[in-house]
Amino acid sequence: MSENSVAPSERKSMGGLRYLLQLRHMREFNVLIALILMGLLISLFTPYFLTVSNLMGVSRAFSLTAIMSIGMVMVIITGGIDLSVGSAMGLAGLITALCFDAGYSQYAAVAAGLGVGLAFGLTNGLLITAIGLPPFIATLGTLSIGRGMMYMITHGVPLTPNTPDSFSVLGQGYLGPVPVPVVILLVLTVIFTIIMTRTRFGRHVYATGGNENAARLSGVKVERVKLAVYVLSSTISALAGVIAFSRYLSAEPASGFGSELEVIAAAAIGGASLAGGIGSVLGAVIGAALIGEIANGVVLLNINTYAQQAITGGVILIAVSIDVLRNRMGGRG
Amino acid sequence: MTPFLEMTGISKTFPGVKALDHVDLQLRAGEVHVLAGENGAGKSTLMKIMTGVLRADPGGVIEVEGEPVTIKDPVHARALGISIIYQELAVVNNLTVAENVFLAREPLGPSGLIDRRRMNAETRAVLSELGVEIDPEAMVGTLSIGQRQLIEIARAISYRSKLIIMDEPTASLSHHESATLLRMVRKLAGQGIGIVFISHKLEEIFEIADRVTVLRDGRTVDTRPADGMTRDLLVRLMVDRDLDQLFGHHRSHATDEVLMSVRGLSEKRANDEGVHISDVSFDLRRGEVLGFFGLVGAGRTEVMEMIFGSRPYLGEISISGRSVRIASPSDAIESGIGFVTEDRQSLGLVLGMTVRENFSLTHLSEYCSFDFVNRRRETSACEAYIKTLGIKTPSPEQKVLNLSGGNQQKVVLAKWAARRPRILIVDEPTRGIDIGAKAEVHALLNRLAEEGMSIIVVSSDLPEVLAISDRVIVLKEGRISGELSREEATQEGVMLAATG
Repeated sequence: MSENSVAPSERKSMGGLRYLLQLRHMREFNVLIALILMGLLISLFTPYFLTVSNLMGVSRAFSLTAIMSIGMVMVIITGGIDLSVGSAMGLAGLITALCFDAGYSQYAAVAAGLGVGLAFGLTNGLLITAIGLPPFIATLGTLSIGRGMMYMITHGVPLTPNTPDSFSVLGQGYLGPVPVPVVILLVLTVIFTIIMTRTRFGRHVYATGGNENAARLSGVKVERVKLAVYVLSSTISALAGVIAFSRYLSAEPASGFGSELEVIAAAAIGGASLAGGIGSVLGAVIGAALIGEIANGVVLLNINTYAQQAITGGVILIAVSIDVLRNRMGGRG
Repeated sequence: MTPFLEMTGISKTFPGVKALDHVDLQLRAGEVHVLAGENGAGKSTLMKIMTGVLRADPGGVIEVEGEPVTIKDPVHARALGISIIYQELAVVNNLTVAENVFLAREPLGPSGLIDRRRMNAETRAVLSELGVEIDPEAMVGTLSIGQRQLIEIARAISYRSKLIIMDEPTASLSHHESATLLRMVRKLAGQGIGIVFISHKLEEIFEIADRVTVLRDGRTVDTRPADGMTRDLLVRLMVDRDLDQLFGHHRSHATDEVLMSVRGLSEKRANDEGVHISDVSFDLRRGEVLGFFGLVGAGRTEVMEMIFGSRPYLGEISISGRSVRIASPSDAIESGIGFVTEDRQSLGLVLGMTVRENFSLTHLSEYCSFDFVNRRRETSACEAYIKTLGIKTPSPEQKVLNLSGGNQQKVVLAKWAARRPRILIVDEPTRGIDIGAKAEVHALLNRLAEEGMSIIVVSSDLPEVLAISDRVIVLKEGRISGELSREEATQEGVMLAATG
């Protein structure tokens, strides 16, 4: 809608400024500004924030949340919610570790970890589409089941199998100055942004959340779309779990605990509406970056780390409030 | 005897429309007064004035028991003894019967808490006065539609109403429930309560009415005693008007080739509520515009939902001689059927999406290669339709929620026309849109038929059905009650089949 509000004749003369001005119309604009302002604010108090090594460290720290938020935002756009992402992540890391422990190759181990995600996604998706459970309930159930399974398998003790060095590249390696998990995040962001904005599937995801009945009556296979986003969400979370295991080479019984809240927060900060139909992959990733930035700032500025959660909560409320008010005032176009 | 309520010279003007034009109405205590007229005749506007929802234009006079009054709002109307029971029931399903009857005026005990015992006892008293056995502590959601209606009547009585207005109270009731309700109405009248009864069902009108007032195009045509009134006369009073000249030119493009044949279409799930479709059979020819007419609750939309796979059915549907099983809308679409739904906002459009995105939703794959949408092709196709249909939008990128109703409707038509289904079902295609847009919609349907598309038009706008259909099928209570060729189809004939 924004591109067309600028008349063609004006376009040429405005050049670079035009892009800047158009940025203002992006849904992600608010959160991007918040990210920049927060960065500047932190830099005022500490010289250590705006350094390549710190920024790369921060990026690696929030990359897992950001990766998971890509799946989550697609679920949220269909009007659903996936509370089980933390369990899918934790259990996927654990199963990968178990495979190494049992002497399987790293490919088999990674495949098994991703398979856990697939199983989670199919279970969630079928409970929601075939049985008709509300997504909140279905994924609350699988969240709890996954959690219980992790304790049953580990008996509360971390699992630290032997792994080849080539496997640890996934979580610990660098591509130039950029940590591998961040590279994976960037690749996934590009892929899923294209899927959501340029493909038929993406259009159907938005239509399903925008008005499920109208979408169904237009021929959209709404159930299939929903099943697909839950499978994607869980599988992406499982990938995050495999990366986390590669990073620490230890499968913690409590890995992924409570991460669903941070992931949902990232999507919401990034402009996704929990009512469905609205949101973007890029917004969710920037939202996750903002949360990571705050966490880093709290550490750098020597603020009581217990305050970090409270600050994050405040930022969520402010960011989403601004978004809501902006949409209300900015008219409906 | 002074009438309980007398309205003289009541007019109501909305921007661009004169909904009521010097209407006179006298309502006596203890009479059942039927208000008859087509959709849009002004019945509901008149009711809203009686109950204080709308104010009449200056100049008219309303007198209650001989005293001139200005009815300020519904609460004031209720204080004057005027209650209304709307067609869409206004009961809360998760509360008990007594809680509904006393909603927003709950009796309080000395402690300041609700005095349940009194509330239940008084509700029981009102219900037994009505002669119905419903437990005051039952959840309203567990009751049938008919029983819920009785709860509303009980509520009206507990207000000590002297006049109760009932807006198509039997529209969604079964035969049996209707009979119970009509008995109740008679009984209330016997107790001196005046009843305004709005109904489209002729047999009911003659069964219940003491007097009948007919409205047409916002004017009072006549008020007469029900005795001595005939069906033919009543129908003529209701529908007598010139067919709109705008829609005069009809050319049939129907061929002899049967494209779709429907046999014995019936309800799959037994349900107590609403209509029960049974044994609906018809043929649809290539290029034909087939009109479906019926009163509210006759089952028109339900039949279309079955054909489109959004309602389970028994029976057989075949297209081009091949039997098809339609279990979902996407099955129907794959069989070449399109459906322009009645409710464009909740079923037809994704309001938060743009005109372009809504337009292409039915046929997105046409613009896709390997699942990637070619935005340029999509936009240019959309722009072509914006132009041909005269959709008023600044660009294809406008969100549809910013368009007017008529333009939204054109977007819905465009999204289906562009898919080129062999059969297009349009349900109330012109409801709530202005006369110019209506003519454009009719022209589009005619053009699609000329191109060989078969069209089913469902409408409760009788002149519209007659103006654009090659043939009219009339439904009544879930069954086909008449099939009339264009030559046979007169307003009186169709109305008789729908009501008689």
